[in-house]
Amino acid sequence: MSAIILMLLGLGGLALGFVFYSRFIAEKIYQLDPDFRTPAHEFEDGVDYVPTNKVVLWGHHFTSVAGAAPIVGPAVAVIWGWGPAFLWVVIGTIFFAGVHDFGAIWASTRNKAKSMGALTGDVVSARARSIFMIVIFLVLLMVNAVFAVVISNLLIAYPSAVLAVWGTIVVASIIGVVIYQQYTSLPLVTVVGVLSLYLMVGMGPVVPIELPEMVGPLSNSATWILILFAYAFIASMLPVWVLLQPRDYINGIQLFVGLGVMYSAVLIASPTIVAPMVNPDVPSGTPSLIPLLFVTIACGAISGFHGLVASGTTSKQLDRETDARFVGYFGSVGEGTLALAAIIAATAGFATLGEWEAVYASFGAGGVEAFVAGGASIISQGWGMSEEVAATLLAVMACLFAGTTMDTGIRLQRYIFQEWGEIYNQAWMKRSLPATSLAVGACLLLAFGAGGAEGAGGMLIWPLFGTTNQLLAGLTLLVITVILIQKRRPIVYTLVPLIFLLVMTIFALLVQLRTFFEAGDWFLFFVDILVLIAAILVALECSSTLRHHYQAMRSQSR
Amino acid sequence: MPLDRQTIAEWLRKATYVAEEVYSAPYRSAIARAKRDEEDLFMLMVFSEMMGVPNPASYYTLELQPLLLERFHDWHRRMGMEHSPLDHFKCC
Repeated sequence: MSAIILMLLGLGGLALGFVFYSRFIAEKIYQLDPDFRTPAHEFEDGVDYVPTNKVVLWGHHFTSVAGAAPIVGPAVAVIWGWGPAFLWVVIGTIFFAGVHDFGAIWASTRNKAKSMGALTGDVVSARARSIFMIVIFLVLLMVNAVFAVVISNLLIAYPSAVLAVWGTIVVASIIGVVIYQQYTSLPLVTVVGVLSLYLMVGMGPVVPIELPEMVGPLSNSATWILILFAYAFIASMLPVWVLLQPRDYINGIQLFVGLGVMYSAVLIASPTIVAPMVNPDVPSGTPSLIPLLFVTIACGAISGFHGLVASGTTSKQLDRETDARFVGYFGSVGEGTLALAAIIAATAGFATLGEWEAVYASFGAGGVEAFVAGGASIISQGWGMSEEVAATLLAVMACLFAGTTMDTGIRLQRYIFQEWGEIYNQAWMKRSLPATSLAVGACLLLAFGAGGAEGAGGMLIWPLFGTTNQLLAGLTLLVITVILIQKRRPIVYTLVPLIFLLVMTIFALLVQLRTFFEAGDWFLFFVDILVLIAAILVALECSSTLRHHYQAMRSQSR
Repeated sequence: MPLDRQTIAEWLRKATYVAEEVYSAPYRSAIARAKRDEEDLFMLMVFSEMMGVPNPASYYTLELQPLLLERFHDWHRRMGMEHSPLDHFKCC
């Protein structure tokens, strides 16, 4: 089958979802009011609360939620064949992610733009709020550990990408300083910055940079992981305008360029999907599709991380309440298109079925490297550039996504430690240097604890990361559902995704628990139990809260 | 062609506006907060003498006090003081 059909089906489905389903949700369920005074107007202060143009806000929301996760997840999950991954991405985006992101913005806007954590405390209970904090902490911990492993693997597999990945950091900090000191205007800087990024991509294959196999006692992957965390440590301590701001900006532009190049290449080259629709003989050791598919693809179908962005910064800048539909729902659609591109690259970018099977030889083996290899072959067919340059382009894209997420992730984790210092009255923990050290230390522990001294087995945590992310989404959906009950509106549209997520998450955790037990991997066994406890607490919290509110509503209506 | 040049200039202005919004909107609050922190320190230096903290530069900072008085109320509230800490003139 031609990949163009899959692409049109997927994009068409997402478009229909946005046009019809999101309108239905906006009008009937959330009942958006164009005259509602949003927090951006009510508390306008030029700092946090600033009414912002909806397209700009969408761009910001989309680029903050789209990272490497919607690439890694689908690229791992196509091992079960392209069918299940494709269906879950499209259906998940339309009925789960869109409603979740859109709902998180709406709920926060209607409650003085409070963050999801605070909202959980207000709407559900103080206990739920503590669970929320713990789940956030676990998500950040895993995302940082996993992404460090992802980047390190890519840098080893594609030495041509090393120059551009680290060069971008230099370019970004130059942009940061130039803009901060107001030397010149932004469009000029943008053009120069983006051009130099792609110049480095083009030069990459000429000047590949490789670490030696062993650096002292450490393997090359372990060394890259250490270097990455050292970088993230420094980056998260710097003022945001030096590095984070320009880096996010370039990254956003690069995201649109990457998506455009990828989809246009599919249209021109019309590659054939060699992977089976449902893989009849998955490699031994691959867990069963249900429930693992639903936690392997988290971002791209539904992700709790989006709720944090939606309620943290987006809701404070929403100009009109009706913009929430475009910003939230269309933001998820954007992420769905990225996941779709990853599926196409990882299934249509290979010459034969045998070649594809060789790449997907075991569970977790394909992943982001398969996306880069497959995508590169499609781009080189479509655009006629050398496959090496195309691979460099995609590897750099994935690394930059993962890298910016790490920057932000470590910074957020530092804030959590500082908050704990505040709560438990530990003066030392409130300072940024010890708090950042704790954050980086915890992530390193997880990266090496899961993968041994190699640090390369960190991909084992991927499904665990998915489960934690889904738990977070579950808590957000719970908050939205409770608000809907209080407003006497239909709750099916958020309750069904909520129940589905909780069932799949707990099921997946049990399946994995058994796998880790059989493999004798006690570290991950312990992490799994930790997440499982959090999952059961969330499920109990959901059932008790919903029952309480439901009964209150019934006794009132009598 | 004067008309064309005008359209291009107009287009460029719009592009600059969008680019600047995209660049600054996500970090507006973080940067404004950092700026405010710096200014808070400056306020402390300017008004330190009145709160019993000796300041060798008070000869110069005295001149600034009337200019900064406008921001004084917000500042002492932000610093966790319910009421004005100054004895001689109070804002609240």
